[in-house]
Amino acid sequence: MISATDYDFFKKFLKLHSGLILSDDKHYLLESRLVPLLRKFELPDFSRLAANLRDNANSVVAQAVIEAMTTNESLFFRDKTPFEVFTTVMLPKLHAARPPSAPLRIWCAAASTGQEPYSLAMTLKENPHLIGTRRVEFLCTDLSNEVLERAASGRYNQFEVQRGLPIQMLMKYFKKVDDMWEITPQLKTGMTFRKLNLLHPFVGLGQFDIVFCRNVLIYFDAPTKTDILNRIAKVTAPDGYLVLGGAETVMGLGEAYRPLPNQRGFYVPNVPAPASMSAAVASR
Amino acid sequence: MKTCLVVDDSSVVRKVARRILEDLAFTVREAADGQAALDACDEAMPDGILLDWNMPVMEGLEFLQILRKREGGDVPRVIFCTTNNDFEHITKAIEAGANEYIMKPFDQDILREKLEEVGLLEKAPAT
Ligand SMILES: C[S@@+](CC[C@H](N)C(=O)[O-])C[C@H]1O[C@@H](n2cnc3c(N)ncnc32)[C@H](O)[C@@H]1O
Repeated sequence: MISATDYDFFKKFLKLHSGLILSDDKHYLLESRLVPLLRKFELPDFSRLAANLRDNANSVVAQAVIEAMTTNESLFFRDKTPFEVFTTVMLPKLHAARPPSAPLRIWCAAASTGQEPYSLAMTLKENPHLIGTRRVEFLCTDLSNEVLERAASGRYNQFEVQRGLPIQMLMKYFKKVDDMWEITPQLKTGMTFRKLNLLHPFVGLGQFDIVFCRNVLIYFDAPTKTDILNRIAKVTAPDGYLVLGGAETVMGLGEAYRPLPNQRGFYVPNVPAPASMSAAVASR
Repeated sequence: MKTCLVVDDSSVVRKVARRILEDLAFTVREAADGQAALDACDEAMPDGILLDWNMPVMEGLEFLQILRKREGGDVPRVIFCTTNNDFEHITKAIEAGANEYIMKPFDQDILREKLEEVGLLEKAPAT
């Protein structure tokens, strides 16, 4: 059993380090996720685990607690529509707007086990005419090292390859290795996997044309969401795109983004009027 | 209401599949082998067929090859559902005219998504 004091501590710890909002009735969830860690780190009970985190919030144990509380579920071509809008709207617009030598830069900001970036990579391969010979770079980030390692390996079990992935795509882009299915190395071209906490500053990332930030903001409170959206907007091209999860919106979360007309879940940066224009207005 | 024919020699698998399919508002019929499935198709062509591979009397692949040559046999959306989970079997099934392929064991989510994939079910709202 987790004591009230310790529950409160874990709650604050998680909010601070991963943004996760744990409501007051999640004792069962917290316990079931943390029990394996007690065993792993040979700790007698939850209060010793809590004490351990109080001593050192950056330890291996702390990282394990943070990772254990994340929800990593993902599937290929999740919600389908984002991948359609990717080919019908985003790629044509961006390909036309960029000089031929500029790579297209895509950021999967909660990449989890990789189904999202690989679905995008497959979509690109299926539509070669849309971008010609233009290079595409993917930055795939997540808070959890464990899921990123799995993403980078490109190996999925039989259940995972049957979630959202049409059989033709499985045959075309995967090969069977023992009991697992492994994605063709070709699809990993241009992909970088890197640990990144969305609560931390986005330094050295460069500018992105498209940001997929799906099914992660749901775990945060409104000020955290607003802050993350504002900072994502700063690393997105003015004519770039933001894609959120099916149940997510920017409504009520600041001014950084506005929806694409007629497209739920897709957003474009709210670009301030160029300085020259506002100057002209001011001088009138 | 859409109809689905479940072809499998295991009554347990048929029962599990029937329960999931009925939850998804399908009218379900069952057949225990390929020959029985052909007879069922003669009676009335179903909208979808969930098809096991290894069965007595007539196996799934042979059933599919015969079905696709018959008049109206191109209509049903056929989803193989088998423990044969290697590349070669999948290729053969697709070449014979299967629309999708489920590797056993499967669960409700997988079956539902495959039914969506072949157009027998409306896409579920965003997850
Ligand atoms: C449900 S998955 C979403 C996967 C994928 N984007 C999709 O929609 O299928 C959520 C992911 O967000 C990650 N995550 C949670 N908090 C995070 C944070 N503060 N910074 C970065 N990633 C975080 C989790 O580790 C998890 O892998």
